[in-house]
Amino acid sequence: MNNWIEVCPLTEIAPLGSRVVASSQGDIAIFRTADDQVFALHDKCPHKGGPLSQGIIHGDTVTCPLHGMKLSLKDGGAIAPDSGCARSFAVKLEAGVVWLCMS
Amino acid sequence: MKKQKLVVVGNGMAGIRAVEELLKLAPDLYDITVFGAEPHPNYNRILLSPVLAGEMTIQDIVLNPLEWYAEHNITLHVGKTVNKIDRTARKVIADDGSEESYDRMLIATGSTPFVPPIPGRELQGVISYRDIRDTDEMIAAASEYRHAVVIGGGLLGLEAANGLRSRGMDVTVVHLMPWLMERQLDRAAADMLKASLEARGLKFLMEKQTEALLRGSGDGAGDGSAHKPGRVAALRFKDGLEIPADLVVVAAGIRPNTALAESARLYCNRGIVVNDTMQTYDPRIYAVGECVAHRGIAYGLVAPLFEQAKVCANHLANFGIARYTGSVTSTKLKVTGIDLFSCGDFMGGNDGKGGSGGTDEIVLNDPSGGVYKKLVVRNDTLVGAVLYGDTSDGAWYFQLVKDGKNIHDVREHLMFGQNHVGDVGHAGQSSAAAMADDAEVCGCNGVCKGTIVKAIKSQGLFTLEDVRKYTKASSSCGSCTGLVEQILASTVGGAYTPSDSKDKPMCGCTDHSHGLVRQVIRAQHLTQIAATMHYLEWKTPDGCAACRPALNYYLISTWPGEAKDDPQSRFINERAHANIQNDGTFSVVPRMWGGLTTPAELRVIADVAEKYKVPTVKMTGGARIDLLGIKKEDLPGVWADLGAAGMVSGHAYGKSIRTVKTCVGAEHCRFGTQRSMAMGVKLERMLFGMWSPHKVKLAVSGCPRNCAEAGIKDIGVIGVDSGYELYVAGNGGIKTEVAQFLCKVKNDEEVMEYSAAFLQIYREEGFYLERTCHYVARVGLDHVKEAVVNDPAQRKALYERLLLALKDYEDPWAQAVKQPAVRREYEVIKIKEITAEVVS
Ligand code: SRM
Ligand SMILES: Cc1cc2nc3c(=O)[nH]c(=O)nc-3n(C[C@H](O)[C@H](O)[C@H](O)COP(=O)(O)OP(=O)(O)OC[C@H]3O[C@@H](n4cnc5c(N)ncnc54)[C@H](O)[C@@H]3O)c2cc1C
Ligand code: SF4
Ligand code: FES
Repeated sequence: MNNWIEVCPLTEIAPLGSRVVASSQGDIAIFRTADDQVFALHDKCPHKGGPLSQGIIHGDTVTCPLHGMKLSLKDGGAIAPDSGCARSFAVKLEAGVVWLCMS
Repeated sequence: MKKQKLVVVGNGMAGIRAVEELLKLAPDLYDITVFGAEPHPNYNRILLSPVLAGEMTIQDIVLNPLEWYAEHNITLHVGKTVNKIDRTARKVIADDGSEESYDRMLIATGSTPFVPPIPGRELQGVISYRDIRDTDEMIAAASEYRHAVVIGGGLLGLEAANGLRSRGMDVTVVHLMPWLMERQLDRAAADMLKASLEARGLKFLMEKQTEALLRGSGDGAGDGSAHKPGRVAALRFKDGLEIPADLVVVAAGIRPNTALAESARLYCNRGIVVNDTMQTYDPRIYAVGECVAHRGIAYGLVAPLFEQAKVCANHLANFGIARYTGSVTSTKLKVTGIDLFSCGDFMGGNDGKGGSGGTDEIVLNDPSGGVYKKLVVRNDTLVGAVLYGDTSDGAWYFQLVKDGKNIHDVREHLMFGQNHVGDVGHAGQSSAAAMADDAEVCGCNGVCKGTIVKAIKSQGLFTLEDVRKYTKASSSCGSCTGLVEQILASTVGGAYTPSDSKDKPMCGCTDHSHGLVRQVIRAQHLTQIAATMHYLEWKTPDGCAACRPALNYYLISTWPGEAKDDPQSRFINERAHANIQNDGTFSVVPRMWGGLTTPAELRVIADVAEKYKVPTVKMTGGARIDLLGIKKEDLPGVWADLGAAGMVSGHAYGKSIRTVKTCVGAEHCRFGTQRSMAMGVKLERMLFGMWSPHKVKLAVSGCPRNCAEAGIKDIGVIGVDSGYELYVAGNGGIKTEVAQFLCKVKNDEEVMEYSAAFLQIYREEGFYLERTCHYVARVGLDHVKEAVVNDPAQRKALYERLLLALKDYEDPWAQAVKQPAVRREYEVIKIKEITAEVVS
């Protein structure tokens, strides 16, 4: 069964910005793209654990703040030629509110 | 829309590169069909030499495997030679009778080896060196026969000879000219090369003309090799000398392969003649590669061919903007362990009219040390270089030649190379060839030489950017760039060209350079990132982590007060106003103006450190105190406490003003001539909140003893009895640069005005991530002096523009404390999780 948890109104995340959600499974980064899509990844870069929430977002990609690895927001996969993957979580947007699914 | 048909004749390096470039620009425009005479997919021809030498295998050098063609829906005909073009019916016909019609065609048939009309050249065992078949034949011969003769002591001949020698053959190189590689080397370098090849067991016969190749008798006479009757057995020179030869490799040059084009009556003259868009005389037909003559030149190295491919793709994609205007080439012999480099007009003394051409030669010749360098200079520009033994500066010289840069200011130490002072981080290592495979090249990312070589070969990399992407080498601080370039050059030979520093694109999102973007932002009065991207036809919807921060800076520095700062286009440090650490926490460095503090301030810092359990408190190299390891959500609290005591944070993270270091100066020091502490504080206060292309550091010393180290700062101020000396463009970081003398001024007010004017011209003209030393190296100190020193009106205007830009700067830490919207950046969202127990 899916457990959807309310996170925050979309307006509390800047476009091309992100917020950190503290959870029992560690920090989760919620991203908002320029066209108002939302994505969620475990806030830990597969390279050396950099906080992805602090990166620069472009298209549906985030650049890690520590050493510049690029990861797809869609599935957390590193953009070639890099490799590695950050865990991704399901998110949805309903009536301007962001929901996160942890299971 | 129905797709157009593109037929490519020639499945080699230039043709397929053009297809790759085309697919990047317009993946769906054409149905593409490729014909290739060889029975292989496109491979890296230049790596045939390491294959021959036994360092690689054929499988290693395939650039585009068959799956690549399939993935991109390209119809590939291997092993088929096109022998007719019907330009009226717009179709090509191959030797097996297959036909293909085209809307546009690309000819990339490469070149054919030139074999002089020597009697006996049709014998078995006489081959040239061009493709996989030749290479296989040489490898097979090496396991069966003993004596190899290579005719031609050029690049290709020597690589063949070296390969055959490493496969155990007894190899003699026959050369018509007095010295080897006469088209790439001068005599001194060639003689050193010859000596070292002799030491590896190669034999040379110079200034010898071959008269005939002689057939074997089939009786195994002579040295015992079993000669088949139709096979070559010996070689006879014009002077009567005969030497045994079971394998003869003719490497006497190449000729553009224009047979097909000529049969279709396309205009050819030493190659298929094309214009600057790579179009032949038939507008539907383009041509690239060695088969082409562009402005009368047919190139024989891949770097220029790749440039042609890029331009051609641009036109095939109907973009219609690129121009190919010719290339300067460089040469690097790919013989493992030999460092040799040449580029440009290295013979000098050649103005095309038989005159000396007004060139000077700067020569360093150390035969027993195994080093020879010659630089050819004309009118204060470097026009050519030959390096033997130590080629670490090859890429730098090549860049200078290509850019045609004025070298007047560096002429005296040009010979000693780019890194003759102050380069740190790779143990002074400067010769790539001598490095062991496990030697660390990139100290930042821990990348060894072997890893880089392997990536270059297996991934088919040709540029520094490629190597950075795949290996991370030279992608951080960049101090190993020279070494990486050398490794690249010695692995791919002349295929390597340093990227054009002048109009290199900002990043993959655009083809425009930093310079052009800055210009357009000013000329078109652009004030927003999105509008700028739109106007300049950015290729990505919202740029990337490289271009957005640069654009943001260009906008706010060009239109202060008008352009709005975009926090999402700033690196995290500048967005959060603190410095991110490797564990995701932050550091706070309270500003201590001029390095001065008070017991009260120290007390507040101590209190904050205790209250927020700061794990590390440290003196920085910038003469202030660093509080390291603070959680992001604690930052506003830390700032509130510091702010209450009147302290601001110190921009220890930004592309901005950092510190003004001072010495105690006339305030206390027995030698002090000027009040350096007061001067430093005034400067730091004036510059508070200044954003710049890169960070800016100043220092003020009270006398020439210079205890504040003003000689390696962006601006160094040194007090003397009669006033101050100003120095600019120093750097104490990756590569130490000593600051250059700008001028002498009389008093504190002038220090402020001149410093501000210098910083403002840098802010207006500098490229993002270019420090003052790089900016001044690019534009020249004279240009800066002209505006800042010689022209009082311009100096005042610059000064005022800086003050205007700084006028409205708001303390970002106070804002983060006070404004909820800003404060949100620091807050972690807490959620109510439904635990399994609750659900069940
Ligand atoms: C804290 C400090 C080291 C220390 O503990 O002393 C420091 C720390 C960093 N330096 Fe530095 N530099 C520090 C003084 C220096 C100095 C000495 C100085 O300022 O007198 C230099 C050489 C002088 C110079 O810049 O010319 C210096 C040359 C660099 C460089 C090389 C710059 C260059 O152009 O070559 C970098 C890399 C960069 O900026 O791209 C760098 C980058 C960094 C960064 C910001 C790396 C980063 O991007 O995260 C480091 C942050 C560490 C952290 O986690 O907080 N740091 N760094 C010093 C802070 C000074 C301050 O109070 O603001
Ligand atoms: C051993 C060796 C070492 C080299 N080392 C270097 C080096 O270190 N650095 C460097 O820059 N360059 C080097 N070169 C040169 C470099 O390989 C060439 O400049 C480059 O391959 C030329 O590319 P191209 O596409 O013009 O021709 P090719 O790569 O030769 O491609 C042309 C292709 O077209 C095919 N073809 C010809 N006519 C027809 C037809 N009618 N129908 C169908 N197919 C046809 C040919 O069979 C060939 O496969 C080296 C070359 C050799 C042989
Ligand atoms: S503080 Fe400076 S020198 Fe030290 S590790 Fe960090 S960047 Fe390198
Ligand atoms: S931790 Fe993300 S790139 Fe290194």
